[in-house]
Amino acid sequence: MYFAKEVLESSSKMRQKWEDEVKKLVSKWPDQKPDAQWSTVSDLPIKRLYTPDDIKDMDFARDISYPGQYPYTRGNQVTGYRGKYWTFRMFSGMGDAATTNARWHMLLKEGQTGLSTAFDFPTLMGYDTDSPKARGECGKCGVAIDTLEDFLVLTKGVPLDKITTSMTINPPATALWAMYCAAAEIQGIPLTKIGGTIQNDMLKEFIAQKTLMCPPEPSVKLISDTVEFGTLKVPKWNTISISGYHIREAGATAVQELAFTLRDGMEYVEDVLRRKKLDVDSFAPRLSFFFNSHIDFFEEICKMRAARRIWAKAMTERYKSKDERSWWMRFHTQTAGCSLTAQQPYNNVVRTATEALAAVLGGTQSLHTNSLDEVWCLPSDFAVQIALRTQQLIAEETGAANTIDPLAGSYFVEALTNEMEKQAWEYIHKIDDMGGMVAAIEKGFPQLEISDAAYKFQRQIDGAEKIMVGVNKYVSTEKESIPFLEIDDKIETEQIARLQAVRRKRDGKAAKKCLDDLKAACKKGDNVMPYCIEAVKALCSVQEICDVYREVYGEYRDPGLY
Amino acid sequence: MADKKLRVMVAKPGLDGHDRGARVLARCFRDAGYEVIYTGCHQTPEQIVSAVIQEDVDLLGLSCLSGAHRYLYPAVTKLMKDKGIDDVTVIGGGIIPEQDFQLMYDAGLKAIFVPGTTLESIITWINTNVKPRN
Amino acid sequence: METTKKIKGGDVRAASRLIRNLEDRVPEAKTTIKHLFPLTGKAHVIGITGSPGAGKSTLTDGLIDMFRKKGKTVGVLAVDPTSPFTGGAILGDRIRMQRHAEDPGVFVRSLATRGALGGLAKAVGDAIHVMDVLGKDIVIVETVGTGQQEVDIINHSHTVLVVLVPGMGDEIQAIKAGILEIADIFVVNKADREGSSKLSRELMAMLDMAPPSTFQGGWRPPIMKVENAFEPTGFNKALEDISNKIDEHHQHLVDKDIIGSRMRRKAVVELNEAIRASILEPVLQKLLSSGQMEGLIEKVMKKEIDPYTVAEDIAKRYLEGCL
Repeated sequence: MYFAKEVLESSSKMRQKWEDEVKKLVSKWPDQKPDAQWSTVSDLPIKRLYTPDDIKDMDFARDISYPGQYPYTRGNQVTGYRGKYWTFRMFSGMGDAATTNARWHMLLKEGQTGLSTAFDFPTLMGYDTDSPKARGECGKCGVAIDTLEDFLVLTKGVPLDKITTSMTINPPATALWAMYCAAAEIQGIPLTKIGGTIQNDMLKEFIAQKTLMCPPEPSVKLISDTVEFGTLKVPKWNTISISGYHIREAGATAVQELAFTLRDGMEYVEDVLRRKKLDVDSFAPRLSFFFNSHIDFFEEICKMRAARRIWAKAMTERYKSKDERSWWMRFHTQTAGCSLTAQQPYNNVVRTATEALAAVLGGTQSLHTNSLDEVWCLPSDFAVQIALRTQQLIAEETGAANTIDPLAGSYFVEALTNEMEKQAWEYIHKIDDMGGMVAAIEKGFPQLEISDAAYKFQRQIDGAEKIMVGVNKYVSTEKESIPFLEIDDKIETEQIARLQAVRRKRDGKAAKKCLDDLKAACKKGDNVMPYCIEAVKALCSVQEICDVYREVYGEYRDPGLY
Repeated sequence: MADKKLRVMVAKPGLDGHDRGARVLARCFRDAGYEVIYTGCHQTPEQIVSAVIQEDVDLLGLSCLSGAHRYLYPAVTKLMKDKGIDDVTVIGGGIIPEQDFQLMYDAGLKAIFVPGTTLESIITWINTNVKPRN
Repeated sequence: METTKKIKGGDVRAASRLIRNLEDRVPEAKTTIKHLFPLTGKAHVIGITGSPGAGKSTLTDGLIDMFRKKGKTVGVLAVDPTSPFTGGAILGDRIRMQRHAEDPGVFVRSLATRGALGGLAKAVGDAIHVMDVLGKDIVIVETVGTGQQEVDIINHSHTVLVVLVPGMGDEIQAIKAGILEIADIFVVNKADREGSSKLSRELMAMLDMAPPSTFQGGWRPPIMKVENAFEPTGFNKALEDISNKIDEHHQHLVDKDIIGSRMRRKAVVELNEAIRASILEPVLQKLLSSGQMEGLIEKVMKKEIDPYTVAEDIAKRYLEGCL
């Protein structure tokens, strides 16, 4: 019992009085909109008022506890943000490596505390800039990387032992991580000293983001390779960033994001255990997560608190983990791109600010804030500075970082956290019954859930049941023009020239041998990482490495579900 | 009695895999009474135009969020022109900054639908501007 | 005729347009079909049916590969259901075959049922003729996949593949609904899944219990397995086997002179359908436009007359030419 009997009795009396008053008033002054529309952006129904009754069955030690104590509802770190703010980690990449390097240095100078790499589509999909599939795409949504030479330009002047770098890369993750390791070696830094993250989460690609290359089975095998390599050789590196961000952007509800992400995490744990026979505590501390922070303030905070509790339970109950560092769900957050509007773009500054605040109150370890112009283009210097300042302002001015998990104990927040956890477990068990996440993906289950949610939401926006300011309410007839960042089309020609120069100057025989060795390793089932590192050092390109995977493992074909 | 249906295609050229909009549109078009073919992601201009011919569509909607529309959309319309296809309306959506609109219209697109567009306005536009072939 | 010439010349655009006109019931299309009809009968028509989610399109995609390797050209008619509420349809089979989009030897055309029951669209029969005259060696017709009522496919195909998947729960119903009679080849897809052996055994038992007369010319439908579609070597081998079995079945039809009876079946259906359309539509049209229909409906509603007597009277008047 969370509350003493007397408290509940007196609350019950007061509630009765309040409910009677509400009934009287509502008959004269009806609510502005029906009950069902006072819900979260994900359609979770929210009550008019939360009271002690809503959390009366909670157990303080079991459900809420303390920071750094199971089940970590209040956070993993005992000193909270007083010890260290969340990392200000702005996702960034544009045009060629030199341009991106300049933006990186600018952001570091302006006070960001971690790096995060956005790659362009050819790189994300494992193609070289001169591939016919890459035409028109070079540098448009991120940095173009073909070989180690580009990567060295990208990381020029960046002390890789002093700063951590995240790389949003999935099918070609082994190749890009190999480049990072090689770049560190060239800087004279041992692999034991570098820290960072590769996203490397293929399950969410099949569910949502669709940067696809090989079928699910071999994709998960490559991920296991990186986990094993990291465990043995690069201990400070997070080898997977198990992602919910993209699942949410594809249209999922908050509960779906929560459930599918954590279930993906469980799938990876099971795969590594089965395939690599490692002890769970040898690799689980390095698994990290990546969540979306969407516009419904409280839903997001509760989602993150519920996520920590679910993961802690999964690790102890399902996988019998003994090391508490395995039980901590550490995560990076990005504010929701899909909540931003093209209309009245300056409103986006406000959206990003509230979403960022939610992430901080939710206890994120690392944060990216979107820029106001990202509905139209890559962020301009002007817009990205505002986005960075948003985080710094929250940290230094608002008091949000003064105390740990300030909303704990709130009847509403605890009740919503419990409800989201309950619904998430329902999804998780459903997927368990289907045979796991890979099986569920083959059946199309998460994909169709997301499609249904996306369509429903769009209908709600169309029907003004859900409001987007500037889009379906408070619309202005005047168009607001903001400066747009343009990526010059000629970057593609220049990058191709650079790539061809590298191919000419490298030792072709050595490069080919590395690729042959990689192919043999794939066929034998060996860990590919050491071979990748040799290959990138021999100046093999991203596509050359990925073509080996395509050849050995086959290419994935989209089953096309709606 | 004859049943004249509008046949439309939603296609995603290039490497961009963000298909939330394309999938929502496919359902929306079905609900508006059209017969809709969705090509899926990662289509080359050649694959798209070949599908347009084989499926005899009245309308082609292109979706791209990676910024590569400047090359891809004109590549599709040029290929259609080369093959003598002059009776298919082409529209586009995705992440298209305003300064690129004229380039798209010059390439032959009849409308651009940016984020924030309602489904209803797209259907209204189509019903006004595109008729089934017969 | 311009269109006929174009189609004989292999013009895909003209062919797709003609199929469109057939779907839309444009009168000129009927005239064109009359010209094309004598030229039909060369293509080997393969029907593929099975529940939604059985993986028909993935199989079709693989079969296209196999037949192309054998140097044959392929046409595909992929049918999907029209929504009874909105009249629209998502034609979603093409997405799985899009990698063949640039192969000039492959022509994929998606069709909506437009309310027709039986798993096919009304225009499919004529669309097959178009593909035939276009020069496609193989025409694959992929049905909607509701499973139970999809027997129309046998009226149009030489070889029918019935695709089942273990663990879907409905394969027993499919068997009960008469799928046994229409299958020339059973394909157990996703056969690496749990329940695959049980399904094969059940099919086997069912075939064992069937009277020998069920098997035309002595062809007992084989049960062929396809495992994980993501494992290329195994998958391709399984599909190669299926394509060979299809060719074997076609040869069987020729050798045992059964092909004639399949052709006869199609002719009967086509004739019935054409006569029905030629008579029923104008009669209904006349009744509506002359205002007679409303009165008849009223009378039947009030039970002043029964529908059978009405129909007999209309038939009599039609035959006497005084409708």
